[in-house]
Amino acid sequence: MNITLRVWRQKGQDDEGRLATYKLTDVSPDMSFLEMLDVLNEKLTLEDEDPVAFDHDCREGICGACGVVIDGEAHGPERTTTCQLHMRSFKDGDTITVEPWRAQAFPVVKDLVVDRGSFDRIIQAGGFISAPTGTAPDAHANPIPKPDADRAFDAATCIGCGACVAACPNASSMLFTAAKVTHLGMLPQGQPERAARVVKMINQQDEEDFGGCSNIGECAAVCPKGIPLDTISQLNRDLLGSLGKGVG
Amino acid sequence: MANSTLTKKRSTAYGSTVALKTAMAITGAILVLYLIAHMYGNLKIFSGQEAFDGYAHSLRELGYPMLPENGFLWIFRLVLLASVLIHIYAAVTLWARARRARPAAQRYKVNKRVARSYSSYTMRYGGVLVALFVVFHILHLTTNDIAPGGRSDSPYERLVNGFQPEFWYVTLFYVLSVIAVGLHLRHGIWSALATLGVNMSRRQGMLNAIALGIALIVTVGFLLPPLAVTFGLVS
Ligand code: HEM
Ligand code: SF4
Ligand code: FES
Repeated sequence: MNITLRVWRQKGQDDEGRLATYKLTDVSPDMSFLEMLDVLNEKLTLEDEDPVAFDHDCREGICGACGVVIDGEAHGPERTTTCQLHMRSFKDGDTITVEPWRAQAFPVVKDLVVDRGSFDRIIQAGGFISAPTGTAPDAHANPIPKPDADRAFDAATCIGCGACVAACPNASSMLFTAAKVTHLGMLPQGQPERAARVVKMINQQDEEDFGGCSNIGECAAVCPKGIPLDTISQLNRDLLGSLGKGVG
Repeated sequence: MANSTLTKKRSTAYGSTVALKTAMAITGAILVLYLIAHMYGNLKIFSGQEAFDGYAHSLRELGYPMLPENGFLWIFRLVLLASVLIHIYAAVTLWARARRARPAAQRYKVNKRVARSYSSYTMRYGGVLVALFVVFHILHLTTNDIAPGGRSDSPYERLVNGFQPEFWYVTLFYVLSVIAVGLHLRHGIWSALATLGVNMSRRQGMLNAIALGIALIVTVGFLLPPLAVTFGLVS
């Protein structure tokens, strides 16, 4: 396949940045999107140009590092992570535009790499349970209804990739935060800190300059893990409950 | 960055985005309920001048003699005014937040709508249009300061005068504004329900159907009276 790439190039946080155009020939449809970028970088290196910086780690869809916006869609045209996207999803002769996640809370570090530290700080604010360590309790010591366990596990599949923020017209991180609140809130271990957790996480989210949710649904539509939109309603219920109890 | 420290300044959740959205949802719900009652009143135009004017007059006497004459009406108006102001305050605050969250300089060069509806896309500018329309509408049919076709003490006559065919531009503006209200409600009702925590995956289709249904009923219900006048069905 022959591909024309328009890639966002930005030297650092203070650089303005621009789209640069590159042509690639002989791209195999079996390559992953990141392998295609590897090929581009080899070519750029041989031509003595700066390779395109992009984030990646596992390349198997579980770490959440690799997200970029491809032709205006977070993670590109398939509902999966960028590393699990293959060139067969494109056509010979296509022009593909690749941009970094765009949000004040995700500053561009270089080219396609953004700093998602704001997500870490939302987790630090309350996305955990406090438990004394020691030997693991018996697996069946604490029975949990199957639907609750399923919902908790579904929410727990969030990999913190940030596609929800990238796709949201308000650059809101509600789906991410709601996934964490739902995951912990469905399980008995999450109960003691439940009322305080949602308040702390929302406060941190607002502090980080994420926008407010307006229930548009772009987030759930691009989420590679299929986190459902209704987790946001669950977060709102928890928050309104906490405010009602005076935990603000 | 996993070890970076949390920011020192802590916001309070009572002023959070979720709290603002909740204020918007509750005030929006009050306005929607009002719109439905208002639409029902308007449809009395089809029962003739007496029924319509009698209805408008009875609103002024509601609660009398428990409340002074017009008392109920003024309480009602204050609640509506407060709702509109809170609603707009929250909308403008969240709008500004969204602009800060993705400043103009950081917009995508290529942007594709995956799931977003046209109605959700038009909430903000559509809301501004609705607000301007409400001001015009009050000056036209309530205070009668703007009186195409002549002033009148009869609400029925104000309506009939105002939407005569020669004032087609009044009717056109009205029609466009009512459609804007309909679009606003299509997304607004769904969004309010989700904000108030009602959404669950298995209910999501139903909630959207409710929003669409109410939006359609309100739109058609508000379009019928003026169009009936313009096309000579009511005179
Ligand atoms: C008849 C008057 C109005 C009614 C009945 C109404 C109703 C609603 C409702 C029910 C919501 C949903 C609340 C939520 O998202 O939780 C909403 C949202 C909103 N309204 Fe209004 N509204 C009216 C006027 C206005 C005006 C004048 C503005 C202009 C500034 C406005 C701007 C907005 C915005 C920006 C949203 C948020 C959109 C979103 O959730 O995506 N509205 N409105
Ligand atoms: S909710 Fe989905 S899109 Fe958002 S960070 Fe988690 S996995 Fe990524
Ligand atoms: S590189 Fe780990 S999810 Fe893509």
